[in-house]
Amino acid sequence: MADLRIKIGTLEFRNPVMTASGTFGYGSEFDDFFDVSALGAIIVKGTTLESREGNPYPRMAETPAGMLNSVGLQNKGIDYFEKNIYPRIRKYDTHIIVNVNGNTVEDYTELSRRLNNLDSIPAIELNISCPNVKKGGMIFGTNPAAAREVIAAVRQAYSRTLIVKLSPNVTDITEFARISEGEGADSVSLINTLVGMAIDVRAMKPRLATITGGLSGPAIRPVALRMVWQTARAVSIPVIGMGGIMNADDALEFIMAGATAVQVGTASFIEPLAALDVVRGIDSFLDSRGFASVSDVTGIINR
Amino acid sequence: MKKRIEDLTVTQNRRLGEGFFVINASSSQGLPDILPGQFVQVLVTGSPATFLRRPLSVHDVDMGTGTISLLVQIAGAGTERLSRLNPGEKINIIYPLGNSFTLPLKGEKVLLTGGGCGMAPLLYLGRKIREAGIEPAFALGFRNRSRILDHDEFRKLGEVFLATEDGSEGYRGFVTDLPQFRDKDWDRVYCCGPEPMMKAVAAACLRRDIFCEVSLENLMACGIGVCLCCIVPTTSGNLCSCTDGPVFNIRDLKWQISG
Repeated sequence: MADLRIKIGTLEFRNPVMTASGTFGYGSEFDDFFDVSALGAIIVKGTTLESREGNPYPRMAETPAGMLNSVGLQNKGIDYFEKNIYPRIRKYDTHIIVNVNGNTVEDYTELSRRLNNLDSIPAIELNISCPNVKKGGMIFGTNPAAAREVIAAVRQAYSRTLIVKLSPNVTDITEFARISEGEGADSVSLINTLVGMAIDVRAMKPRLATITGGLSGPAIRPVALRMVWQTARAVSIPVIGMGGIMNADDALEFIMAGATAVQVGTASFIEPLAALDVVRGIDSFLDSRGFASVSDVTGIINR
Repeated sequence: MKKRIEDLTVTQNRRLGEGFFVINASSSQGLPDILPGQFVQVLVTGSPATFLRRPLSVHDVDMGTGTISLLVQIAGAGTERLSRLNPGEKINIIYPLGNSFTLPLKGEKVLLTGGGCGMAPLLYLGRKIREAGIEPAFALGFRNRSRILDHDEFRKLGEVFLATEDGSEGYRGFVTDLPQFRDKDWDRVYCCGPEPMMKAVAAACLRRDIFCEVSLENLMACGIGVCLCCIVPTTSGNLCSCTDGPVFNIRDLKWQISG
């Protein structure tokens, strides 16, 4: 068994495999299938200060090797999370990370401050890249000045491990990674979904009620991999790679491109055991090739 | 009830009518308890255009042989591939998923209405109702005679009333036009079918103050309540049809219908 431990900021993870926000609920939805504590971390559903109903139905469209979604951050808000979800998920013997969203800088900082008080949440993922909300979200992640402002403010408000989730819907994602690093983030995670759309030709209507949505799945993997590779060379903080990872080989692509850790997202919709299979597959690859630890192959193509 | 991911073996694939199939598949470890109205998520292999699993209602269950029946309507590449499954092939499913219909009480008069692939959950529901000592009646609606699906299995459980839109078989009109639907004092009506049918049935039941549950077939990705794609607006906010449904009491739905 290879050493799969990795470090992000001062936080140690038992392995480099996390679940992407919005694809794994709060972890407990998978209790019937496996012990989710076997994962490196669980990044729970995008959370906001207030309760949100999200966008109208239909919110999903299957596309070639992927899917579009326009959920729009449906969640019950931080009060409900603190009272009803946190007590039940803090028992997991792995890191629970909350994906943080807001309309304004004040929303982000207030929510981060609230999460700073929860002992069993050792990190947050600052989501400045949700493409499915009218306010906030991607607006912060596609404008360098806005990104700088919100990251700096959250860094002030939040003392633990801060991960910034980046949008691929920009000309140069490394610019936003550098801003994150400059403002004191411990890590960047990428990529969030790519903005896309689909039309039902027979009905002559868009497939999503919001017309556009976020594309995920293997369709975006080569794009995601390229961006992770560029980012890993542009910053010295750890990069968390994601985008269409379906199995261990996919995950190893990101790691070999320079990602310290990976997130498994859409794959969990199809195969609930996908993230666990990725952990095992990385381990057996390392063993079979005689590597003592995952860090031996991190960024190996860049050496 | 614990959910499982399991490879089942296809034992039979029977054509039910134009574009409709019933797939029987058996579990080597024995089936878990499955409630009427629950569904499975089927992994489709050998169809490159199909990315997500396909949610299918449980059509029937035979605990003795550990066999589950799924009714499939060809609607695209994924279901087309499923329609070509041969006995002996494996299908990977996640099940049992979702809530269930509320069973009637002794002595109640119950009507199960549906059409097309909406007939899927009604057979197993009818069987469970029959096992509870109540004889269910069925009201099935089709476009015309040539679209009628084999419903011999339904007839074994109770009386079947047919309606076709053009009157080429049974009563002319929709299921809600059937004299047996309109005139009898039903205690409970269950419905699964195309949305206009379910809304018409729901409106009639609201008007007559009849208990009515419908089974929705929303688009979904995961089937286990994490993707939040299959939401249904209800009086308690947006709920997932995969975990809070697929069965809903019509009084909880925010449908634009009036009694």
